[in-house]
Amino acid sequence: MQSRLDLLRSKALRYGITLLVFAAAPYFLSSYDVSLLGRFLAMSILALGLSLVWGWGGILSLGQGVFFGLGGYAIAMHLKLAALAPGDLPDFMVWTGMDHLPGWWSVFHNTKFALVAALAAPSLAAAGLAWLVFHRRVGGVYFALITQALALAFGTLLISQQSYTGGFNGLTDFGALFGFPLADPRTERLLYWLTLALLALVFAALQWVLSTDFGKILMAIRDGENRMRFLGYNPAPYKVVAFAIGGACAGVAGALFTLHVGVISPAMVGVVPSIEMVIWVAVGGRSSLLGAIIGTLLVNFGKDRISSALPELWLFVMGLLFVVVVMILPRGLSGIGEHWQRLHGWRFLAKFRKPSDPKQGGRTCVGCTWPYGRRS
Amino acid sequence: MNHRFLLKLSGFALMACYAASILAGAGARPNVPPSPAPDTPAVKVGVLHSLTGTMAISEVTVKNATMLAIDQLNASGGALGKQVEPVIEDGASDPAIFSQKAQKLIQQDKVATVFGGWTSASRKAMLPVFERFHSLLWYPVQFEGNECSSDIMYSGAQPNQQIVPALDWAFQKGYKKIFLLGSDYVFPRTANLILKKHIVQSRGTVAGEEYVPLGGTDFSSVISKIKLAGPDIIFNTLNGDSNVSFFKQASAAGMPPSKLPVMSFSIAEQEAKAMGASLVAGSYAAWNYFQTLDTPANKKFVAAYRAKFGKDAALDDPMAHGYIDVMAWAAAVRKAGSFEPDAVRKAAAQLDWEDSCMGKIKFAGNQSLYQTAYVGQLEPNGDFKILWQSKEPLMPDPYDQLAFPGKSCLIK
Amino acid sequence: MGEGGVIAGQIFNGISVASILLLAALGLALSFGVMNVINMAHGEMLMLGGYLSYLACRVLPGPGGFLVALAVAFGGTFLFGALLEVIVIRRLYGRPLDTLLATWGISLILQQGARSLFGPIGVEVVAPHWLNGSVSMHGTLAGLDLPYVRLFIIVLAIAVLGLVALFIAKTAWGLRLRAVHQDREMAEALGVNTRTVDLVVFALGAGVAGLAGSVLALISPVTPTVGQSYIVYAFLVVIVGGLGSLVGTALAALLVGLFSCSLQIFTSVSLADVLLLVLVILFIQFRPKGIVVRRSRAIEA
Repeated sequence: MQSRLDLLRSKALRYGITLLVFAAAPYFLSSYDVSLLGRFLAMSILALGLSLVWGWGGILSLGQGVFFGLGGYAIAMHLKLAALAPGDLPDFMVWTGMDHLPGWWSVFHNTKFALVAALAAPSLAAAGLAWLVFHRRVGGVYFALITQALALAFGTLLISQQSYTGGFNGLTDFGALFGFPLADPRTERLLYWLTLALLALVFAALQWVLSTDFGKILMAIRDGENRMRFLGYNPAPYKVVAFAIGGACAGVAGALFTLHVGVISPAMVGVVPSIEMVIWVAVGGRSSLLGAIIGTLLVNFGKDRISSALPELWLFVMGLLFVVVVMILPRGLSGIGEHWQRLHGWRFLAKFRKPSDPKQGGRTCVGCTWPYGRRS
Repeated sequence: MNHRFLLKLSGFALMACYAASILAGAGARPNVPPSPAPDTPAVKVGVLHSLTGTMAISEVTVKNATMLAIDQLNASGGALGKQVEPVIEDGASDPAIFSQKAQKLIQQDKVATVFGGWTSASRKAMLPVFERFHSLLWYPVQFEGNECSSDIMYSGAQPNQQIVPALDWAFQKGYKKIFLLGSDYVFPRTANLILKKHIVQSRGTVAGEEYVPLGGTDFSSVISKIKLAGPDIIFNTLNGDSNVSFFKQASAAGMPPSKLPVMSFSIAEQEAKAMGASLVAGSYAAWNYFQTLDTPANKKFVAAYRAKFGKDAALDDPMAHGYIDVMAWAAAVRKAGSFEPDAVRKAAAQLDWEDSCMGKIKFAGNQSLYQTAYVGQLEPNGDFKILWQSKEPLMPDPYDQLAFPGKSCLIK
Repeated sequence: MGEGGVIAGQIFNGISVASILLLAALGLALSFGVMNVINMAHGEMLMLGGYLSYLACRVLPGPGGFLVALAVAFGGTFLFGALLEVIVIRRLYGRPLDTLLATWGISLILQQGARSLFGPIGVEVVAPHWLNGSVSMHGTLAGLDLPYVRLFIIVLAIAVLGLVALFIAKTAWGLRLRAVHQDREMAEALGVNTRTVDLVVFALGAGVAGLAGSVLALISPVTPTVGQSYIVYAFLVVIVGGLGSLVGTALAALLVGLFSCSLQIFTSVSLADVLLLVLVILFIQFRPKGIVVRRSRAIEA
């Protein structure tokens, strides 16, 4: 019991210090880097959800951009309306010849409704899609392909319904949220902390979800769906719930991202961005929540830096990342980390941990023999 | 074991390479030429175009024209005695990246102004950034109007400078039944909204209106619909490679441009050259610049560009705008005696008429450009024969009065 | 042109779109059925076939040049497919989702490679003169033209389908392929070299995709991203068609082609695309395993 408490303490300590460092970032990073970090942390929330869905649920989604977009558009619709004088129409409606605000738009005047919608719309959409597919026992590769087609269709739909969605341009040029003008540097800082706080919250919540029976059953379904059926479990509801959580995370991420960047457009929800989201998680290690965050930050900062210097190179790097991570490092960076830990231990962290703790020392992990990760 | 060790090693090595390249990317910036002389302080300007992704096709050439102008500016002494140092960034055809990089240019590189953008989506995404930091963006491409920000100089054509004159020309030629075909995005839809109002007002008929998803390559259904409608002319706002597919499939179905005229708003010299001019020869285009314009200023511009980027290089409308944007900025800086964006944009609107490669131009009070409209017909060698031009430079109007009555653009 | 002409024309268009989809999806369906592998770089095989025929037509501009180009496109992508199988696919055997991601990476690299080599702007393959022109209909269908190019694509697709079916039904390799398809472990136990079968199937699928790219070049430009515009529909065809069944794939291609073309009469092209996906999701509610279901006693097909 004592050692367990120590472990908790040391882990909490490590997380706490990391969180503090990140929270202090606005004081030692340039404001451009802070704004980058803010939007990448927002994307990390999506990565956490994807890690749950893919790493722990074994469901590969190539359409997370759709749920990201739903969250983003919900918030963007509110911000768009908030920027208007009473009775005015959003600019894109004017130039597409609309003469009144559609009813389903005007409800977004209400801030609370918009916030709820940003969470509810993606979760419900995700749950609905997952139910339609999984209850017919379709899964695996089929599901990946269907989600990809969904991302394509969603992008096409957004572009073609220009008078309702702003079309290819998306929604931009926003007003204030809760009376905070988005262009104010103070708002930006608040937003950064809000993002960080939400990320920490989602991280803790998912840790908890994974430790519950639900998490264990989900993992068991991933490793042997039919075995679970024989044991009397119906896998569909578990997968649906996991996918809905993933969708909710994507929605929150999309909403925060829209606040950070000030624009949401079909270019951020289509096939290519959706599959890029998978690589964030893959780089960090698909079944490591911490890895998902690290992967997202690494890939996106990499993209920013490399594409500034050598734009053409970035696409090669991106392609190679997919191949290398999948073929050589299927467990991503967290795989390297765990391997290193097994070989050498975290010597510098040894003082936080009782080496005699049998649970920690002999950390067994079936199927973790690096570099061959478990079958996906 | 050995095998595994090798795998591990290569995995570590690749990750290390990746990390190193991130760091290297942060440090070295090959895109930034070394500053000319240590004792002359330079002024930085941003050049922000898509160098990768779907829009790179068009935007790289505009970037080249912008760079040519900056080189010429520096050769003639720079701006206010300072050399002009371009900071090139890639918008990657993604609006979010455009907004991100615009912020970087303004906040981190502290540029005096930014030249860039192509799609309306990229401009819309950058607009809040420029308004927030009160910086200045020079936007070089024709667009759908309906926007008027004090922090953007719109040198590309407004609707009344490109599509409406083209329609007037078509009516003069007796083409009254018009089919509207476009890629499914903002410019075609808004352009067609404006066109429809003008067609109805001039007692023509709209034979049909069809949109194809961006990058779409299958036109079989659209061609059937066009055949059924039997128009006099097609007004074509398709984008990029979709044009090749459309012209190829229309010709195969018995509708080459010689039989059914097509007026295109997105095919310029670059695109015509790329898609094989023989395919589109005979079709019409409306722009504010053609490479074949017979003026001394244009001959100099074409010669200078070809000396730098190859003797076969094609020049087109957005490139000409990219070029004159830099020149106009320099002139405005000179007039204002300052790099301060607010002073520069006000000075730019008070510059005199200028004999440019596009003909007589001048920025109007609404920060758009007075310019001449031309209609050209594509010849088999990829050049446009100029058939018609407006009598005088047209005043830019972001809000078409027929389609959007009562709206106007006021900039303080 | 009358209404009857429009409907007949759309049916013809649907069949011609279906032919391209069939060529694009055939390889996907085969390798998915036999190896349970989805190759996301399959679209780039189309692109490769397109560029190879462009090069071949540059070298041999004559009227027969395009036939040579077809052969070059098939041969070139066949070899490339084989290479891809050896280097990547077989190392990821049994990890279909990982294969999906790795091949996506390869598709990115190939796209960027093509962009660096040929430029971002599409190149054009000019159809030989014997493919110029069209069959004009008379009577109630007057005004309807059936371009030779599209007729050629339909004929080619049928021919390829026939040849592949013959290959599977009549040759020794076809026999091995069917054996592996039905029961991989058993076939292996009986001495079939499953690795070679995988290699042949994958390379053949890539080759057929190369052919698709080659004929696609006749109606649209070859660009680095040409594969991307067809591949998602090819995936839908595979989903609707069922696991690795030739008949299923052909039927599914026809269904998808006809559906999208008839939807396009009533609505815009964009909305037709969206509706198509909705229909596919509804379809798998009724037939989750596709049109043609492989009979198997295994729990996991």
